[in-house]
Amino acid sequence: MSMLAGIPRFPVFGARLMDALPLAPLALASERMVASVVRRHPALLARLGAQTDKTFLLDAVDLPILFVLRPRVSEPRLDVYRRGAEPAWDARIAGPLAALLGMVHGALDGDALFFSRDIVIEGDTEAVLALRNAVDDAELDLPAEALALLGPLERFAEPPLRRALRIAERLTSVALSRAPGHAS
Amino acid sequence: MTMTKRLELVCPAGTPAALRTAVDAGADTIYCGFADETNARNFPGLNFSRDEMAAGIDYAHKRGAKVLVAINTFPRAGAGDFWRKAVADAEARAADAVILADIGLLAHVADQHPKLRLHLSVQAAAANADAINFYAREFGVKRVVLPRVLTVQEIAAINREIDVETEVFIFGGLCVMAEGRCSLSSYATGKSPNMNGVCSPASHVEYREEGGDLASRLGGFAIHRSPQGAPAPYPTLCKGCFRAGDHIGHVFEEPVSLDAAALIPQLADAGVVALKIEGRQRSRAYTEAVVSSFRRAVDAHLAGRPIPASDLRRLTEGQQTTAGAYRKTWR
Repeated sequence: MSMLAGIPRFPVFGARLMDALPLAPLALASERMVASVVRRHPALLARLGAQTDKTFLLDAVDLPILFVLRPRVSEPRLDVYRRGAEPAWDARIAGPLAALLGMVHGALDGDALFFSRDIVIEGDTEAVLALRNAVDDAELDLPAEALALLGPLERFAEPPLRRALRIAERLTSVALSRAPGHAS
Repeated sequence: MTMTKRLELVCPAGTPAALRTAVDAGADTIYCGFADETNARNFPGLNFSRDEMAAGIDYAHKRGAKVLVAINTFPRAGAGDFWRKAVADAEARAADAVILADIGLLAHVADQHPKLRLHLSVQAAAANADAINFYAREFGVKRVVLPRVLTVQEIAAINREIDVETEVFIFGGLCVMAEGRCSLSSYATGKSPNMNGVCSPASHVEYREEGGDLASRLGGFAIHRSPQGAPAPYPTLCKGCFRAGDHIGHVFEEPVSLDAAALIPQLADAGVVALKIEGRQRSRAYTEAVVSSFRRAVDAHLAGRPIPASDLRRLTEGQQTTAGAYRKTWR
Protein backbone atom coordinates (compact mmCIF):
# COMPACT_ATOMS: atom_id res chain seq x y z
CA MET A 1 0.00 0.00 0.00
CA SER A 2 1.51 3.33 -0.98
CA MET A 3 2.22 5.95 1.66
CA LEU A 4 1.66 8.61 -1.00
CA ALA A 5 -1.62 9.70 0.56
CA GLY A 6 0.35 10.58 3.69
CA ILE A 7 3.10 12.52 1.93
CA PRO A 8 2.09 16.10 1.19
CA ARG A 9 2.43 17.37 -2.37
CA PHE A 10 3.80 20.75 -3.33
CA PRO A 11 0.86 23.09 -4.11
CA VAL A 12 0.02 23.23 -7.81
CA PHE A 13 -0.21 27.03 -7.82
CA GLY A 14 3.24 27.21 -6.26
CA ALA A 15 4.64 24.90 -8.92
CA ARG A 16 3.06 27.04 -11.65
CA LEU A 17 4.53 30.17 -10.10
CA MET A 18 7.95 28.56 -9.91
CA ASP A 19 7.68 27.57 -13.56
CA ALA A 20 7.01 31.18 -14.53
CA LEU A 21 9.90 32.66 -12.56
CA PRO A 22 13.51 32.87 -13.77
CA LEU A 23 15.84 30.15 -12.48
CA ALA A 24 18.86 32.40 -11.89
CA PRO A 25 18.16 33.32 -8.23
CA LEU A 26 17.48 29.70 -7.27
CA ALA A 27 20.53 28.56 -9.22
CA LEU A 28 22.72 31.07 -7.39
CA ALA A 29 21.32 30.04 -4.00
CA SER A 30 21.81 26.35 -4.79
CA GLU A 31 25.37 26.91 -5.89
CA ARG A 32 26.28 28.76 -2.69
CA MET A 33 24.37 26.35 -0.49
CA VAL A 34 26.09 23.21 -1.76
CA ALA A 35 29.51 24.83 -1.42
CA SER A 36 28.67 25.77 2.15
CA VAL A 37 27.29 22.30 2.98
CA VAL A 38 30.43 20.61 1.73
CA ARG A 39 32.63 23.05 3.64
CA ARG A 40 30.68 22.60 6.88
CA HIS A 41 30.30 18.81 6.56
CA PRO A 42 33.57 17.48 5.11
CA ALA A 43 32.73 13.91 6.16
CA LEU A 44 29.90 13.91 3.63
CA LEU A 45 32.19 13.71 0.61
CA ALA A 46 34.54 11.32 2.41
CA ARG A 47 31.61 8.98 2.98
CA LEU A 48 30.61 9.23 -0.68
CA GLY A 49 34.08 7.98 -1.65
CA ALA A 50 34.34 7.05 -5.32
CA GLN A 51 30.72 8.10 -5.89
CA THR A 52 31.75 11.78 -5.88
CA ASP A 53 32.38 11.31 -9.60
CA LYS A 54 28.72 10.51 -10.26
CA THR A 55 25.96 12.84 -11.42
CA PHE A 56 22.72 12.64 -9.43
CA LEU A 57 19.34 13.76 -10.72
CA LEU A 58 17.24 14.88 -7.74
CA ASP A 59 13.71 14.81 -9.11
CA ALA A 60 11.04 16.33 -6.89
CA VAL A 61 8.15 15.08 -9.00
CA ASP A 62 5.76 17.80 -7.83
CA LEU A 63 8.08 20.62 -8.94
CA PRO A 64 8.54 21.96 -12.48
CA ILE A 65 12.31 22.01 -11.98
CA LEU A 66 15.03 19.41 -11.39
CA PHE A 67 18.23 19.54 -9.38
CA VAL A 68 21.44 17.96 -10.62
CA LEU A 69 24.08 17.25 -7.99
CA ARG A 70 27.70 16.77 -8.95
CA PRO A 71 29.45 16.25 -5.59
CA ARG A 72 32.98 16.68 -6.93
CA VAL A 73 35.68 17.08 -4.32
CA SER A 74 37.29 19.90 -6.31
CA GLU A 75 34.10 21.80 -7.19
CA PRO A 76 30.79 20.47 -5.86
CA ARG A 77 27.79 21.74 -7.82
CA LEU A 78 24.02 21.72 -7.47
CA ASP A 79 22.45 23.00 -10.67
CA VAL A 80 18.80 23.70 -11.46
CA TYR A 81 17.11 22.78 -14.74
CA ARG A 82 13.66 23.04 -16.26
CA ARG A 83 12.06 19.63 -16.88
CA GLY A 84 13.21 18.25 -20.21
CA ALA A 85 16.42 20.31 -20.18
CA GLU A 86 18.33 18.16 -17.69
CA PRO A 87 21.71 16.68 -18.68
CA ALA A 88 22.68 12.99 -18.64
CA TRP A 89 22.82 11.48 -15.15
CA ASP A 90 24.15 8.36 -13.47
CA ALA A 91 21.53 8.01 -10.75
CA ARG A 92 18.02 9.38 -10.29
CA ILE A 93 16.14 9.77 -7.01
CA ALA A 94 12.54 10.79 -7.56
CA GLY A 95 9.66 11.50 -5.22
CA PRO A 96 7.54 14.31 -3.82
CA LEU A 97 9.56 17.23 -2.46
CA ALA A 98 8.26 16.43 1.04
CA ALA A 99 9.67 12.89 0.84
CA LEU A 100 13.08 14.12 -0.31
CA LEU A 101 13.19 16.80 2.40
CA GLY A 102 12.07 14.23 4.97
CA MET A 103 15.03 12.01 4.07
CA VAL A 104 17.53 14.88 4.13
CA HIS A 105 16.28 16.00 7.55
CA GLY A 106 16.19 12.54 9.10
CA ALA A 107 12.42 12.47 9.51
CA LEU A 108 11.68 9.75 6.93
CA ASP A 109 13.46 6.48 6.19
CA GLY A 110 14.66 6.04 2.62
CA ASP A 111 14.13 2.27 2.55
CA ALA A 112 10.57 2.64 3.85
CA LEU A 113 9.84 5.26 1.17
CA PHE A 114 11.25 2.84 -1.40
CA PHE A 115 9.18 -0.09 -0.09
CA SER A 116 6.02 2.03 -0.25
CA ARG A 117 6.94 3.30 -3.74
CA ASP A 118 6.87 6.90 -2.53
CA ILE A 119 10.34 7.32 -3.97
CA VAL A 120 11.82 5.75 -7.07
CA ILE A 121 15.49 5.18 -7.74
CA GLU A 122 17.00 4.47 -11.12
CA GLY A 123 20.44 4.09 -12.59
CA ASP A 124 23.50 3.51 -10.43
CA THR A 125 22.10 1.94 -7.26
CA GLU A 126 25.49 1.96 -5.53
CA ALA A 127 25.75 5.74 -6.00
CA VAL A 128 22.21 6.25 -4.68
CA LEU A 129 22.90 4.21 -1.54
CA ALA A 130 26.17 6.02 -0.88
CA LEU A 131 24.49 9.42 -1.22
CA ARG A 132 21.57 8.39 0.97
CA ASN A 133 23.88 7.10 3.71
CA ALA A 134 26.26 10.06 3.51
CA VAL A 135 23.43 12.59 3.73
CA ASP A 136 21.79 10.72 6.61
CA ASP A 137 25.06 10.72 8.56
CA ALA A 138 25.62 14.43 7.92
CA GLU A 139 22.47 15.32 9.92
CA LEU A 140 21.80 18.25 7.62
CA ASP A 141 19.52 21.10 8.56
CA LEU A 142 18.86 23.07 5.38
CA PRO A 143 17.64 26.22 7.18
CA ALA A 144 20.88 26.21 9.18
CA GLU A 145 22.83 25.84 5.96
CA ALA A 146 20.94 28.76 4.41
CA LEU A 147 21.43 30.88 7.53
CA ALA A 148 25.16 30.18 7.49
CA LEU A 149 25.34 32.02 4.16
CA LEU A 150 24.21 35.22 5.88
CA GLY A 151 27.41 35.60 7.87
CA PRO A 152 27.04 38.04 10.77
CA LEU A 153 23.35 38.56 9.97
CA GLU A 154 22.63 34.91 10.85
CA ARG A 155 21.89 35.61 14.52
CA PHE A 156 19.28 38.23 13.61
CA ALA A 157 17.62 36.12 10.94
CA GLU A 158 17.51 32.82 12.81
CA PRO A 159 14.83 33.47 15.48
CA PRO A 160 12.11 34.67 13.08
CA LEU A 161 13.01 32.00 10.51
CA ARG A 162 12.78 29.22 13.11
CA ARG A 163 9.44 30.52 14.33
CA ALA A 164 8.12 30.65 10.77
CA LEU A 165 9.42 27.15 10.07
CA ARG A 166 7.74 25.70 13.16
CA ILE A 167 4.42 27.15 12.02
CA ALA A 168 4.94 25.97 8.43
CA GLU A 169 5.87 22.46 9.59
CA ARG A 170 2.72 22.26 11.72
CA LEU A 171 0.57 23.41 8.81
CA THR A 172 2.16 21.28 6.09
CA SER A 173 3.52 18.20 7.95
CA VAL A 174 6.68 18.60 5.88
CA ALA A 175 10.11 18.27 7.56
CA LEU A 176 11.45 21.70 6.65
CA SER A 177 14.25 21.43 9.20
CA ARG A 178 16.24 18.67 10.89
CA ALA A 179 14.17 16.24 12.89
CA PRO A 180 14.44 16.70 16.67
CA GLY A 181 17.18 14.67 18.25
CA HIS A 182 20.91 14.67 18.23
CA ALA A 183 22.71 17.59 16.61
CA SER A 184 26.19 16.87 15.32
CA MET B 1 7.52 -14.59 43.13
CA THR B 2 10.31 -14.46 40.56
CA MET B 3 11.90 -11.17 39.54
CA THR B 4 11.61 -10.25 35.87
CA LYS B 5 15.10 -9.91 34.43
CA ARG B 6 15.89 -6.77 32.43
CA LEU B 7 16.41 -7.68 28.79
CA GLU B 8 19.27 -5.95 26.97
CA LEU B 9 18.24 -4.02 23.86
CA VAL B 10 20.89 -4.40 21.16
CA CYS B 11 20.47 -1.84 18.37
CA PRO B 12 22.00 -1.29 14.93
CA ALA B 13 24.09 1.64 13.74
CA GLY B 14 25.36 2.01 10.19
CA THR B 15 26.75 5.50 10.72
CA PRO B 16 28.05 7.60 13.60
CA ALA B 17 24.83 9.65 13.45
CA ALA B 18 22.74 6.47 13.74
CA LEU B 19 24.85 5.35 16.71
CA ARG B 20 24.18 8.60 18.54
CA THR B 21 20.50 8.36 17.62
CA ALA B 22 20.26 4.81 18.96
CA VAL B 23 21.98 5.72 22.23
CA ASP B 24 19.73 8.75 22.69
CA ALA B 25 16.63 6.65 21.89
CA GLY B 26 17.39 4.21 24.68
CA ALA B 27 19.61 1.47 23.31
CA ASP B 28 21.50 -0.50 25.95
CA THR B 29 24.00 -1.69 23.37
CA ILE B 30 24.91 -0.71 19.83
CA TYR B 31 26.39 -3.02 17.22
CA CYS B 32 28.26 -1.65 14.23
CA GLY B 33 31.16 -2.42 11.93
CA PHE B 34 34.16 -1.01 10.14
CA ALA B 35 33.75 0.35 6.61
CA ASP B 36 35.14 -2.70 4.85
CA GLU B 37 34.41 -6.33 4.07
CA THR B 38 35.01 -7.51 7.65
CA ASN B 39 31.35 -6.96 8.48
CA ALA B 40 28.20 -8.33 6.94
CA ARG B 41 26.69 -4.93 6.07
CA ASN B 42 29.42 -3.71 3.76
CA PHE B 43 27.23 -1.23 1.86
CA PRO B 44 28.34 1.97 0.08
CA GLY B 45 28.45 5.03 2.31
CA LEU B 46 27.90 2.92 5.42
CA ASN B 47 29.90 1.99 8.50
CA PHE B 48 32.74 3.42 10.53
CA SER B 49 36.31 4.52 10.01
CA ARG B 50 38.68 3.70 12.89
CA ASP B 51 38.41 7.27 14.21
CA GLU B 52 34.62 7.26 13.92
CA MET B 53 34.50 3.98 15.83
CA ALA B 54 36.58 5.41 18.65
CA ALA B 55 34.38 8.51 18.85
CA GLY B 56 31.20 6.40 18.70
CA ILE B 57 32.35 4.10 21.49
CA ASP B 58 33.30 7.13 23.59
CA TYR B 59 29.85 8.68 23.00
CA ALA B 60 28.11 5.45 24.01
CA HIS B 61 30.26 4.79 27.07
CA LYS B 62 29.72 8.30 28.42
CA ARG B 63 25.99 7.58 28.35
CA GLY B 64 26.16 4.12 29.84
CA ALA B 65 25.73 2.17 26.60
CA LYS B 66 27.97 -0.56 25.21
CA VAL B 67 29.29 -1.01 21.67
CA LEU B 68 29.82 -4.36 19.97
CA VAL B 69 31.90 -4.43 16.80
CA ALA B 70 30.73 -6.90 14.17
CA ILE B 71 33.64 -8.56 12.39
CA ASN B 72 31.40 -11.31 11.23
CA THR B 73 32.36 -12.23 7.70
CA PHE B 74 34.61 -15.17 6.89
CA PRO B 75 38.22 -14.17 6.07
CA ARG B 76 39.23 -14.77 2.49
CA ALA B 77 42.11 -17.18 1.96
CA GLY B 78 45.37 -15.30 2.20
CA ALA B 79 43.72 -12.18 3.64
CA GLY B 80 43.43 -13.21 7.29
CA ASP B 81 45.59 -10.32 8.51
CA PHE B 82 42.92 -7.88 7.38
CA TRP B 83 40.36 -9.48 9.71
CA ARG B 84 42.86 -9.92 12.55
CA LYS B 85 43.76 -6.22 12.33
CA ALA B 86 40.07 -5.31 12.55
CA VAL B 87 39.82 -7.25 15.82
CA ALA B 88 42.93 -5.57 17.23
CA ASP B 89 41.62 -2.16 16.18
CA ALA B 90 38.25 -2.82 17.84
CA GLU B 91 39.94 -3.80 21.09
CA ALA B 92 42.26 -0.77 20.94
CA ARG B 93 39.20 1.46 20.64
CA ALA B 94 37.61 -0.05 23.76
CA ALA B 95 34.89 -2.10 22.10
CA ASP B 96 32.88 -3.98 24.71
CA ALA B 97 32.93 -7.13 22.57
CA VAL B 98 33.48 -8.31 19.03
CA ILE B 99 30.93 -10.35 17.14
CA LEU B 100 32.67 -13.06 15.14
CA ALA B 101 31.63 -16.01 13.01
CA ASP B 102 34.80 -17.65 11.71
CA ILE B 103 36.40 -20.43 13.74
CA GLY B 104 39.93 -19.38 12.78
CA LEU B 105 39.32 -15.80 13.85
CA LEU B 106 37.70 -16.96 17.08
CA ALA B 107 40.77 -19.09 17.82
CA HIS B 108 43.05 -16.14 17.07
CA VAL B 109 41.15 -13.84 19.44
CA ALA B 110 41.01 -16.46 22.19
CA ASP B 111 44.78 -16.83 21.88
CA GLN B 112 45.94 -13.27 21.18
CA HIS B 113 43.24 -11.10 22.75
CA PRO B 114 42.18 -13.05 25.84
CA LYS B 115 40.57 -10.02 27.52
CA LEU B 116 38.34 -9.22 24.55
CA ARG B 117 34.78 -10.45 25.07
CA LEU B 118 33.58 -12.73 22.28
CA HIS B 119 30.07 -12.95 20.87
CA LEU B 120 29.21 -15.54 18.26
CA SER B 121 27.56 -13.99 15.21
CA VAL B 122 24.34 -15.28 13.71
CA GLN B 123 26.55 -15.85 10.65
CA ALA B 124 28.03 -18.85 12.46
CA ALA B 125 24.57 -20.45 12.43
CA ALA B 126 25.06 -22.25 15.75
CA ALA B 127 21.60 -23.71 16.19
CA ASN B 128 21.99 -26.41 18.84
CA ALA B 129 23.47 -26.77 22.31
CA ASP B 130 26.38 -28.97 21.23
CA ALA B 131 27.59 -26.42 18.70
CA ILE B 132 27.21 -23.55 21.17
CA ASN B 133 29.00 -25.48 23.94
CA PHE B 134 31.84 -26.16 21.52
CA TYR B 135 32.29 -22.43 20.82
CA ALA B 136 32.09 -21.64 24.55
CA ARG B 137 34.53 -24.36 25.57
CA GLU B 138 37.10 -23.87 22.82
CA PHE B 139 37.10 -20.09 22.43
CA GLY B 140 35.47 -18.69 25.55
CA VAL B 141 32.48 -17.27 23.69
CA LYS B 142 30.24 -15.44 26.17
CA ARG B 143 27.17 -14.86 24.03
CA VAL B 144 25.58 -16.48 20.99
CA VAL B 145 23.30 -14.73 18.52
CA LEU B 146 20.84 -17.46 17.61
CA PRO B 147 19.86 -18.11 13.98
CA ARG B 148 16.35 -17.08 12.99
CA VAL B 149 15.25 -20.68 12.43
CA LEU B 150 14.35 -21.66 16.00
CA THR B 151 11.03 -21.78 17.82
CA VAL B 152 10.70 -20.28 21.29
CA GLN B 153 10.51 -23.83 22.67
CA GLU B 154 13.75 -24.77 20.88
CA ILE B 155 15.45 -21.66 22.26
CA ALA B 156 14.35 -22.66 25.78
CA ALA B 157 15.69 -26.18 25.23
CA ILE B 158 19.04 -24.81 24.08
CA ASN B 159 19.28 -22.46 27.05
CA ARG B 160 18.76 -25.35 29.44
CA GLU B 161 21.87 -27.05 28.05
CA ILE B 162 24.31 -24.14 27.77
CA ASP B 163 26.01 -21.71 30.15
CA VAL B 164 26.47 -18.77 27.78
CA GLU B 165 24.10 -15.91 27.05
CA THR B 166 21.72 -16.02 24.10
CA GLU B 167 20.65 -13.06 21.97
CA VAL B 168 17.81 -13.25 19.45
CA PHE B 169 16.52 -11.04 16.66
CA ILE B 170 13.35 -9.25 17.65
CA PHE B 171 12.69 -6.93 14.68
CA GLY B 172 13.76 -6.20 11.12
CA GLY B 173 14.64 -7.81 7.83
CA LEU B 174 14.34 -11.57 7.72
CA CYS B 175 17.01 -13.76 6.25
CA VAL B 176 15.25 -17.00 5.41
CA MET B 177 18.45 -18.99 4.93
CA ALA B 178 20.84 -20.49 7.45
CA GLU B 179 23.03 -17.45 7.87
CA GLY B 180 26.61 -17.77 6.75
CA ARG B 181 25.71 -20.56 4.38
CA CYS B 182 23.70 -18.77 1.71
CA SER B 183 25.23 -18.48 -1.75
CA LEU B 184 22.23 -17.23 -3.73
CA SER B 185 23.58 -13.70 -4.08
CA SER B 186 27.02 -15.09 -4.92
CA TYR B 187 25.61 -17.06 -7.84
CA ALA B 188 24.02 -13.95 -9.32
CA THR B 189 26.76 -11.41 -8.66
CA GLY B 190 30.03 -13.20 -7.97
CA LYS B 191 30.26 -11.43 -4.59
CA SER B 192 29.68 -13.39 -1.41
CA PRO B 193 27.62 -12.04 1.47
CA ASN B 194 29.63 -14.26 3.77
CA MET B 195 33.08 -13.11 2.63
CA ASN B 196 32.60 -9.69 1.02
CA GLY B 197 29.94 -8.70 3.50
CA VAL B 198 27.14 -7.74 1.18
CA CYS B 199 24.08 -9.63 0.04
CA SER B 200 22.79 -8.28 -3.28
CA PRO B 201 25.57 -5.72 -3.68
CA ALA B 202 24.22 -2.37 -4.87
CA SER B 203 26.76 -2.36 -7.69
CA HIS B 204 24.84 -5.29 -9.21
CA VAL B 205 21.30 -4.02 -8.57
CA GLU B 206 19.24 -2.23 -11.17
CA TYR B 207 15.75 -0.75 -10.81
CA ARG B 208 13.74 0.36 -13.80
CA GLU B 209 10.24 1.76 -14.15
CA GLU B 210 8.59 -0.28 -16.91
CA GLY B 211 5.04 0.70 -17.77
CA GLY B 212 4.17 1.52 -14.15
CA ASP B 213 5.82 -1.65 -12.85
CA LEU B 214 9.06 -1.47 -10.91
CA ALA B 215 11.43 -4.10 -12.33
CA SER B 216 14.32 -5.22 -10.10
CA ARG B 217 17.38 -6.92 -11.54
CA LEU B 218 20.30 -8.49 -9.72
CA GLY B 219 23.42 -9.25 -11.73
CA GLY B 220 21.32 -8.86 -14.86
CA PHE B 221 18.67 -11.36 -13.75
CA ALA B 222 15.12 -10.07 -13.36
CA ILE B 223 14.13 -11.10 -9.85
CA HIS B 224 11.02 -9.07 -9.11
CA ARG B 225 8.40 -6.94 -10.77
CA SER B 226 6.20 -4.83 -8.49
CA PRO B 227 2.95 -3.65 -10.07
CA GLN B 228 1.98 -0.01 -9.64
CA GLY B 229 0.99 0.68 -6.04
CA ALA B 230 2.36 -2.62 -4.70
CA PRO B 231 5.16 -2.54 -2.12
CA ALA B 232 8.69 -2.97 -3.45
CA PRO B 233 11.01 -5.49 -1.77
CA TYR B 234 14.76 -5.51 -1.23
CA PRO B 235 16.48 -6.90 -4.35
CA THR B 236 17.33 -10.27 -2.80
CA LEU B 237 16.94 -13.56 -4.63
CA CYS B 238 15.36 -15.25 -1.61
CA LYS B 239 12.44 -12.81 -1.82
CA GLY B 240 12.33 -12.82 -5.62
CA CYS B 241 9.13 -13.46 -7.54
CA PHE B 242 9.46 -15.64 -10.62
CA ARG B 243 7.39 -16.97 -13.50
CA ALA B 244 7.44 -20.69 -14.32
CA GLY B 245 5.02 -21.56 -17.10
CA ASP B 246 1.71 -20.01 -16.13
CA HIS B 247 2.63 -19.74 -12.45
CA ILE B 248 4.04 -16.60 -10.86
CA GLY B 249 5.16 -16.76 -7.26
CA HIS B 250 7.84 -16.47 -4.61
CA VAL B 251 10.17 -19.47 -4.60
CA PHE B 252 11.44 -19.08 -1.05
CA GLU B 253 9.49 -16.42 0.84
CA GLU B 254 7.36 -13.35 0.35
CA PRO B 255 8.88 -10.01 1.33
CA VAL B 256 8.02 -9.75 5.01
CA SER B 257 9.80 -8.55 8.12
CA LEU B 258 10.22 -9.88 11.63
CA ASP B 259 8.34 -8.27 14.51
CA ALA B 260 8.36 -10.44 17.63
CA ALA B 261 7.55 -7.70 20.14
CA ALA B 262 4.53 -9.64 21.35
CA LEU B 263 6.80 -12.59 22.19
CA ILE B 264 9.13 -10.65 24.50
CA PRO B 265 7.72 -12.31 27.65
CA GLN B 266 8.03 -15.80 26.16
CA LEU B 267 11.56 -15.13 24.92
CA ALA B 268 12.54 -13.88 28.37
CA ASP B 269 11.02 -16.99 29.94
CA ALA B 270 13.02 -19.07 27.44
CA GLY B 271 16.22 -17.66 28.95
CA VAL B 272 17.14 -15.09 26.31
CA VAL B 273 19.15 -12.16 27.72
CA ALA B 274 19.33 -9.80 24.77
CA LEU B 275 17.01 -8.67 21.96
CA LYS B 276 18.54 -7.57 18.70
CA ILE B 277 17.10 -5.11 16.21
CA GLU B 278 18.19 -5.61 12.59
CA GLY B 279 18.91 -2.65 10.31
CA ARG B 280 22.42 -1.28 10.14
CA GLN B 281 21.65 -0.30 6.55
CA ARG B 282 18.71 1.86 7.61
CA SER B 283 18.48 5.58 8.32
CA ARG B 284 18.51 7.32 11.67
CA ALA B 285 14.74 7.90 11.22
CA TYR B 286 14.28 4.10 11.33
CA THR B 287 16.72 3.79 14.21
CA GLU B 288 14.91 6.40 16.29
CA ALA B 289 11.46 4.96 15.64
CA VAL B 290 12.33 1.30 16.18
CA VAL B 291 14.67 1.71 19.15
CA SER B 292 12.18 4.00 20.93
CA SER B 293 9.38 1.54 20.34
CA PHE B 294 11.35 -1.42 21.68
CA ARG B 295 12.65 0.63 24.61
CA ARG B 296 9.00 1.10 25.61
CA ALA B 297 8.27 -2.60 25.02
CA VAL B 298 11.21 -3.87 27.08
CA ASP B 299 10.47 -1.41 29.89
CA ALA B 300 6.82 -2.46 29.88
CA HIS B 301 7.84 -6.10 30.18
CA LEU B 302 10.18 -5.29 33.07
CA ALA B 303 7.39 -3.42 34.84
CA GLY B 304 4.97 -6.29 34.34
CA ARG B 305 2.77 -4.34 31.96
CA PRO B 306 1.46 -5.63 28.60
CA ILE B 307 3.70 -5.02 25.61
CA PRO B 308 2.39 -1.81 23.97
CA ALA B 309 1.21 -1.89 20.37
CA SER B 310 3.54 -0.31 17.84
CA ASP B 311 3.18 1.24 14.42
CA LEU B 312 6.38 -0.03 12.84
CA ARG B 313 4.91 -1.95 9.92
CA ARG B 314 5.17 1.15 7.71
CA LEU B 315 8.95 0.87 8.05
CA THR B 316 9.24 -2.78 7.08
CA GLU B 317 10.05 -4.62 3.89
CA GLY B 318 6.83 -5.94 2.41
CA GLN B 319 4.99 -3.65 4.84
CA GLN B 320 3.87 -6.76 6.63
CA THR B 321 5.35 -8.49 9.65
CA THR B 322 5.62 -11.99 11.05
CA ALA B 323 6.81 -13.69 14.21
CA GLY B 324 8.88 -15.89 11.89
CA ALA B 325 10.20 -19.19 13.16
CA TYR B 326 9.50 -18.28 16.78
CA ARG B 327 5.91 -19.36 16.08
CA LYS B 328 6.75 -21.99 13.52
CA THR B 329 3.68 -23.57 12.03
CA TRP B 330 5.14 -25.24 8.95
CA ARG B 331 6.66 -28.35 10.41
